Amino acid sequence: MDLLNIFIKSAFIENMVLSYFIGMCSFLAVSKSVKTAIGLGAAVIFVLAITVPINWVVSELVLGPNGLFKTDLTFLRFILFIASIAATVQLVEMAVEKYSPSLYNALGIFLPLITVNCAILGAALFMVAREYTFSESVVYGVGSGFGWLIAIVLMAAIREKMRYSQVPAALRGLGMAFILTAFLGIAFMSLMGINPATYFAKH
Amino acid sequence: MGLLQFLQRIEPDKKKSPLLHTAYDAFFTFAFTPNTVTKGGVHIRDGMDLKRLMVYVVLALQLCYLFGSYNIGHQHFVAAGQHLGFLDAFHLKLAHGLIKMLPMFIVTHVVGLGIEFLFAAKKGHAVEEGFLVSGALIPLIMPPDLPMWILALSVTFAVILGKEAFGGTGMNIWNIALLARVFVFFAYPTEISGDTCWVSGYDSLAAGSAAEYGWWHTGFFNSIFGSLGWPQFDAARTVVVDGFSGATPLALAYQGGMEAVNQHYSIGQIFWGAIPGSIGETNKPFIILGALFLIFTRVASWRIMAGMVLGVGVTGLLFNAWGFNAFMMVPWYYHYILGSFLFAMAFMATDPVTASGTNKGKWIYGFFIGMVGLIVRVLNPAYPEGWMLAILFMNSFAPLIDYFIVQSNIKKRTSRV
Repeated sequence: MDLLNIFIKSAFIENMVLSYFIGMCSFLAVSKSVKTAIGLGAAVIFVLAITVPINWVVSELVLGPNGLFKTDLTFLRFILFIASIAATVQLVEMAVEKYSPSLYNALGIFLPLITVNCAILGAALFMVAREYTFSESVVYGVGSGFGWLIAIVLMAAIREKMRYSQVPAALRGLGMAFILTAFLGIAFMSLMGINPATYFAKH
Repeated sequence: MGLLQFLQRIEPDKKKSPLLHTAYDAFFTFAFTPNTVTKGGVHIRDGMDLKRLMVYVVLALQLCYLFGSYNIGHQHFVAAGQHLGFLDAFHLKLAHGLIKMLPMFIVTHVVGLGIEFLFAAKKGHAVEEGFLVSGALIPLIMPPDLPMWILALSVTFAVILGKEAFGGTGMNIWNIALLARVFVFFAYPTEISGDTCWVSGYDSLAAGSAAEYGWWHTGFFNSIFGSLGWPQFDAARTVVVDGFSGATPLALAYQGGMEAVNQHYSIGQIFWGAIPGSIGETNKPFIILGALFLIFTRVASWRIMAGMVLGVGVTGLLFNAWGFNAFMMVPWYYHYILGSFLFAMAFMATDPVTASGTNKGKWIYGFFIGMVGLIVRVLNPAYPEGWMLAILFMNSFAPLIDYFIVQSNIKKRTSRV
């Protein structure tokens, strides 16, 4: 039940994009058509599900005071997290290219692009701050990736619908994208404040 | 035809004063269907244009307006310990309601239509008068004591950012009336939450002082009622009634389920609307009449309404089966008459611009509004009621629902070729 709680929370209630506004760069840039948005969202889920647990291993077993070096190396966290994310993404990309060219083609440029997506690093840092266990960090990675996918797909569908709207010249493009993101954030505030844990607790 | 000739005579020059002409054109096409029709192409040539469509919604709201105004006055006097029967001192309650209601109506329309005229003149378009329905809805979903400047600010926010930024009438993604309310809700939460905001004039009564009456009460209406020999507004006689909390049935249900509600309100009271709440949502029969009118004239989609009823029923049954706390144990059918479900269903969710466009999509859209709305209402302790946020939530999903339905239709048909 704890895991389900973390999944619901990370996907809907504490949505990466719409309540923390993390991972905005690719969210704004690649949300012009639903198809590519789904591709990028799937890639983000994929990468988050792999890198968050890996970073958990890095921070607990390598950097932590009880880790490999028996000293507190947590000041290296940022740089090592980024390194491990970049390395993982590269490895994953090579593996996918070798074993599943069709998936590789579908993901295309998005896979390497995700390396610099701040949602990935953000998820890793949240995972540390909230002191998740290994299994929780797996669920958290999948959940926040799923939330990111929902956000970008919604954004893409709205932008596709608005393709022929006569938006004032000053707001065309990014200006409108920011307004849309704000309204999506308002809409997602409907779920903010729900604490699933209270309802999963035994009574 | 006197009006038509009069209107044609006073038509201002379009080149010399574009703003004036825009305003004139808006009122002219509101009064008369313009006889300009498209010349080529495939278009439906029908007298039923956008303005006629919108007027139907405004018509359907009239009973809610009447009852809402009266109920403002009734709740005020119940809180003040006077004229406790629903029909006692009819004139005083109606007068108090009008004093509260009319300024809200006027401010909403002056601000909203003013902005719309400005943008239309700037764009060189005719006024689409998309604000007609939003303007009629906004006063009905606000608490009665809302300060006018907050109302004006929220209308400005909703019309400029919610509609004109998107390209004007028919282009918005989120419901404009609800955006105005959500603005008040998040920017000035003290004005629109808690038990006291739903009863007009309750704050000063709760503080132990007498009700505050302005010039319209003591000067204007009292002189009329005095000359007729009817009871007058009398601030000195208002008292704080023990045990009157102003809590809405939903707030009570949140604390103690249906038992807590029944201690304060009977089902008849909740159904007929003599309860505190947003101005337009309390009386259920009038809302149902309005909904039937909209379905009959085919202005509103019955699919969305049916979807919402279904969504609330299913979610309510699930909550009943779960039975975690007293609020979840509220029998599922009571959720239909508690709070503003019916008003949201009839007038908010069915907005054809922000809802799903496909028939299948309308069922899905309505069903999930019912579901999310009930989840927010029952599970979310932060908000007392869920429909405003649930509809905005599903407004954001509507384009996606349509996208997938269109894609599946395309797939189905290409496989047939």
